[in-house]
Amino acid sequence: MAALCESFTLCGLGPSSGVGLDGGLLALEPGPDHDHVLLTDRGRTATLFKVSDQKPLGCWSAKHGQIITCPVVCNFETHEYIAVHDDKVLRIWKNTDVNLDKVFKATLSADVYRIHSLPKGGPVVLFKGGGVRTLDVLLEAPQQEIENIISDEVIKWSEAFMEHQQPVLIFATEKDGDSFVYVQKLKMNDLHKYKLEQQELSKPLSFTAYIKNQIITLLCLSSNDSVYKFLIPLQQNTEEEEQILPRSLLLNLSVSGSVLKGTSFVVLDKDHIAVLGSLATAGEESKECLTIWNTKFQTLQTSKELPLGTSGQIWCYEKKFFFTHGKVLTVVMYKCETSSLAAAVGKLKDSQAPDVSSFVDWNTLGDEELVISFQSQQSVALKPESGMTLRSKKNTVAKVQPDTLSVGQLLLNLKDASTTVFENELRQVMSKGQMPDFQATIGCVVTALINRCKANPKYYPRNFLLQIVQNQDLSYSLCPDLMVVALEKKDLHLLQICLQRFPDIPEEITYACLRAFLSISDAYLQRIDLNLESVICYLDIEFNNKEVKTEIVENGFSTELEQDIWETKITKKPHVTSDGESCPVGPQKAALLNAVLHSAYSETFLLPHLKNLPAQQAVLFLRYLYYLYVKCSEKINTTLPGTCPPTVNQIMDWLCLLLDAQFSVMVMLPEAKELLSKLHKFVRAQVRFYSELNKIEGSLRELQRLNHQKDPHTYSIEVLELI
Amino acid sequence: MGEFEVHRVRFFGLVPAGVRCLAWQPRSDRLGLARTDGTVEVYNFAANYFQEKVIPGHETRSVEALCWAGDRLFGAGLSGEITEYDLAGLCVACSVDGCGGPIWSMAVNSSGTQLAIGCDDGSIKLFEVVPGGIQFEQNLDRRKGRILCLSWHPSDTHIAAGSIDSLRVLDVCSGQTVQRIMVNYHVQKVKQECIVWSIAFLSSGTVVTSDSFGRVQFWDWEQGTLLDSHTVSNSAVLSLAVSEKEDSIVVGTSAGATYQFQLLPVKLNSQEKRWIRTKPFQYHTHDVRAVAHSSTALISGGRTGCGNQEGLGIPPPDLFWLTCAWLPGLDAQLVIRPLMEKMQDKGYEAALRKFTFPHRRLVSCAREARLLLFQFSQHLELWRLGSTNRTGKDGDVLPLSSMPEHLVQLKSKGPEHIYCSCVSPCGSWVTYATASRFHLYRVHYEDDGVRIEKIPKVSKLLLPAYQLQFSSDSSSLFVASARGSVHVVLLLEPGGCRHLHTLQPPSGCPEAVYLLALSTDGRWLAAVSGDWAIHVYKLKRLKHHCTVPLYSCAVTALAIHPVTNNLVIAYSDQQLFEFSIPEKQYTDWSRTVQNSGLHKVWLERDSPITHITFNPKNPSHILLHDTYMFCIIDKSLPLPDNSTLLMNQCILKQLPESARQQQLHAFKICKKFQPLLFADLLDEKCLVMVERPIMDIKTQLPLPTQQKKFGT
Repeated sequence: MAALCESFTLCGLGPSSGVGLDGGLLALEPGPDHDHVLLTDRGRTATLFKVSDQKPLGCWSAKHGQIITCPVVCNFETHEYIAVHDDKVLRIWKNTDVNLDKVFKATLSADVYRIHSLPKGGPVVLFKGGGVRTLDVLLEAPQQEIENIISDEVIKWSEAFMEHQQPVLIFATEKDGDSFVYVQKLKMNDLHKYKLEQQELSKPLSFTAYIKNQIITLLCLSSNDSVYKFLIPLQQNTEEEEQILPRSLLLNLSVSGSVLKGTSFVVLDKDHIAVLGSLATAGEESKECLTIWNTKFQTLQTSKELPLGTSGQIWCYEKKFFFTHGKVLTVVMYKCETSSLAAAVGKLKDSQAPDVSSFVDWNTLGDEELVISFQSQQSVALKPESGMTLRSKKNTVAKVQPDTLSVGQLLLNLKDASTTVFENELRQVMSKGQMPDFQATIGCVVTALINRCKANPKYYPRNFLLQIVQNQDLSYSLCPDLMVVALEKKDLHLLQICLQRFPDIPEEITYACLRAFLSISDAYLQRIDLNLESVICYLDIEFNNKEVKTEIVENGFSTELEQDIWETKITKKPHVTSDGESCPVGPQKAALLNAVLHSAYSETFLLPHLKNLPAQQAVLFLRYLYYLYVKCSEKINTTLPGTCPPTVNQIMDWLCLLLDAQFSVMVMLPEAKELLSKLHKFVRAQVRFYSELNKIEGSLRELQRLNHQKDPHTYSIEVLELI
Repeated sequence: MGEFEVHRVRFFGLVPAGVRCLAWQPRSDRLGLARTDGTVEVYNFAANYFQEKVIPGHETRSVEALCWAGDRLFGAGLSGEITEYDLAGLCVACSVDGCGGPIWSMAVNSSGTQLAIGCDDGSIKLFEVVPGGIQFEQNLDRRKGRILCLSWHPSDTHIAAGSIDSLRVLDVCSGQTVQRIMVNYHVQKVKQECIVWSIAFLSSGTVVTSDSFGRVQFWDWEQGTLLDSHTVSNSAVLSLAVSEKEDSIVVGTSAGATYQFQLLPVKLNSQEKRWIRTKPFQYHTHDVRAVAHSSTALISGGRTGCGNQEGLGIPPPDLFWLTCAWLPGLDAQLVIRPLMEKMQDKGYEAALRKFTFPHRRLVSCAREARLLLFQFSQHLELWRLGSTNRTGKDGDVLPLSSMPEHLVQLKSKGPEHIYCSCVSPCGSWVTYATASRFHLYRVHYEDDGVRIEKIPKVSKLLLPAYQLQFSSDSSSLFVASARGSVHVVLLLEPGGCRHLHTLQPPSGCPEAVYLLALSTDGRWLAAVSGDWAIHVYKLKRLKHHCTVPLYSCAVTALAIHPVTNNLVIAYSDQQLFEFSIPEKQYTDWSRTVQNSGLHKVWLERDSPITHITFNPKNPSHILLHDTYMFCIIDKSLPLPDNSTLLMNQCILKQLPESARQQQLHAFKICKKFQPLLFADLLDEKCLVMVERPIMDIKTQLPLPTQQKKFGT
């Protein structure tokens, strides 16, 4: 659930910055540090604020007669401030400078629209003619000529991102009621122009955009009280002129009869947006208010009335909204939790909902099966089509359908295409807006990729698959062969992510992964890029430690025979826990095993597979579980540090499971003897300890009960109402 | 209706003394009860278990045994005296030395003509009950070992006596021991003495004993053989009582449990019967030193170690450990557990009753001065209430601007316990009375504290005093006394008093006055005597005005309305009457109440109304309370019938204002304050409630000897 929290006033505003659409501020930009903002008004003043203290840290003004035309930004690398006044005059100064008149000055040859400062990319200057320069380039020759690329279009909005260490600038223009979007990759000097699909009688009022997975998501607040979404893929190979971007409706800003006339909006997270506007109910005076909407469930989450009026602008930094309210700049904090249906209906119990929301839409799954069957049989080509149109209930959906409709067809067509073309086309398919059966489409795409892999043993689009799995809410049943192929190809990173994300992996595959992980040598693993988040906080292992023992049986030679050597080595090892027990596996293997521990399973189905685990591997795994158990017990709350570490319950469940499955083996195996006795001793000590705790708990509870019963006050004055 | 600022007082540290012994009188349906501090109480079961009489205790007068001889109540204790109680005058009538050292036990024969006492020196003595007292008759065969319990055979020919390790049966005529049985004969190895705590002689010749080994044993006295033995407890079985029909026995253990034994056929329709342990009960936290068996109920009394054991004088060395063995004490509760199979209908009569607190007021309140006077057995405490300057809504606890203040502790000299006490409305007079002394104090409030001045030469004529009441202007004091009389005493400034008059009912009355009510304007006085008659006097002319029609139940509280001069009376059967004093008849409202009847739930409450007061600003309101509820009766509202919910405050609070109107009825009951010892109105918007949480009492009691653990 999203909620608006307490609010406070940051500062009062001068007469020029008041309420109303012409008033307001020029902009509010993040300051040099956390909790700092830079405020530029429509006159000649810029002020730096520390938000939590509600006090200004510095204030700079241009001379009388000059007007700051471009919001002051902070260069995060040099901690300098950059501003443009009178369209062309660039000023750069530091915190210590007092008089703006005396600081660095450069006069440019063209009018500046805005400067965007990127945390790691330095400032980027966007000219009104559409030309873009980085500040460094510009300062080398301030008078250099700036090209005009947008002729008589007018820039309405711009934004900059960093993607793969290169700045990407996106800006929207308008001409004769048409809207265009330009995406410029600065380093590659690569400019793309798109036309926005538009409906008649509605024009864009405000834009916002974010970048994720190489795809820019552009959101547009339209004058017909809706928010539309456009997806712009960054990897664009085709050099077509003026592609038209299809739009999809993200949100309709109406709730039970009243319509929100939005003026500006910001994106809070993947499911929430905040809109500032006036709520108009038929027959009532419209009220300005700040609202938070859930786009997933299309609901209004919360709203706050702003009776004194606003300038229609809103900014959002560090979980705080900034907007003018009456004659002051108001800050409202908010909190926004991952949306789920339970949260939307107010039934969420555990606030720490996992970040990965995985769901399978059974309807679409049915269709997906249709597509698969269609692919395998290659017979009735119209079958998926009819299946999909059946579900389309609205015309709007039907309009988008022609693209999605042909996914199955497209995949068929691509069957024989070259690898690059194939991948590019698939990327195209995936960038097509939020289709109702997007999940199924992704499933089809993955299946197509896997089929190709199977057909061509040399082909394995490692990164592409990784990207898909990482970014989409996939499940095992959507792409059943993916993990099998990954196992064949030893794509451990992919397997790790699959284990972490898929909710429905069959126990057989889980076991296969476990066995594969245990059998791969640590030396091999060290070369592999894996997500070590779950281990690095508790595994105190030097990452380049070559002495990490490989426990596998090689050349039919049991490493256990080297026990003595190992024993001598152990003293040299730096990563020895307080218990004298070191981690039996390397960090990479530990991370992989943690992924297995995390995966969902059912004991009955896993147990038969676990019985097949080779004895040495079982002992290794047991040793690792014992290590985790001891690690857990070191902390009073029995949790391991770090992100997503295995929980103590998972560890205990697997310990029991492994001991159950390998009982006879463990009894027979001499090398397991010592381990088991240590484990037994430890468990016994723990049982004793907890039984002592039990006693204390009983006494404490009794005390608590007595405390409750016995009111400590012997005298009080209370209010009693009798009706 | 309104909001009140409630002063919730929990610093009245009353600890009721434990129950030492019980005596059941089936003919008058009364229960005599003696507490460890020597207090003797009489409960009238016919009057809804009302605590009818209280004879305050005495430091040196412990009571180890109580007996009814007809309607006369006798007690005997470790002082070695046999005492007869004057139940009309609520005092000791006479006392006779038993000449055998401390008396541990006493039993009366079936006809009520002879008392047998068991003494510390091992002697058993017979006394004849004669008019005006008792007369020594005979010494029976004396053997070593104190006699801890006695029981007459129903034919009055033999007496069974329990001692340490043995029991004896004596022939009353010859005075000889005819049988001696060693009770620990079967337990060879045990070195410990076996104390026979209680004994009962059945008409069949069976002697039932309960002992410190936790056994209940049945003996054939003639053969001297053990018929049956039941080990009911790991701890001692302290008490035992047999029903009149001799088909049921109740025993109480030091672990707080009570058990019932019943004589049941071995097989269906079989002639052979055996004693079977049937029902266990656990109503007490501490040892059950006394049990009684009425025809329909088991009665048990918990016993406390907080009584004045040290006041018994120095016990002989070997006596000392015995006393200690009882010390682990109890919860001072009287529990009446009706036997379901004896009940005709399973309704209200079948409900379990527990009495922990006295059925009379031990707190008096000075409204104007905002003082509370607490009466303990041997001292008084005067407290000033705190105050607040804030207001709030229902349920709020307001911050205190001043804390309550303990002003004075007045210790009563001498061994006698306090009968009654009172503080005047202005707070400047405090009075109390014991059996032989009457004390009046002038209290001066000065900047740095309180100065107390004793008024000298207070007339001894005022005694005995059972209830004290100041007039509302603190100008006179009314003393409820013996034989239905009420003394009027004028209080003189700066500190003195003068006996003005004694009011007496025109026809005379043998019983003591136990309740007084004064009208605010000082014109009327109502007095209730032990025969439940209410006499109203006209104070201006110091004359008898009228008598309220006699009702068949005990009066538990009464008060005169300040505006209308109507007398509101609460009876122990929970009936309420309103009697107009000027018109000498019941009011219309009272007749309406009688016609429509009170709510069933109201009538089924088991604790009596102990105080009634009024709100002068709301003449239609009557404020009253019992131990478990506080109630305001609004006479202007309709009476609830049995189909409506009596305690509807919770529901009303949830209803919107508009919907409340239909739901309102006259009884506004608040059960938030429990157990409530006293409640009064300080002013229009301000109440005081004196609570005594059971938990607070329990924390002051020593641990029980043996606690039941782990569901054994």
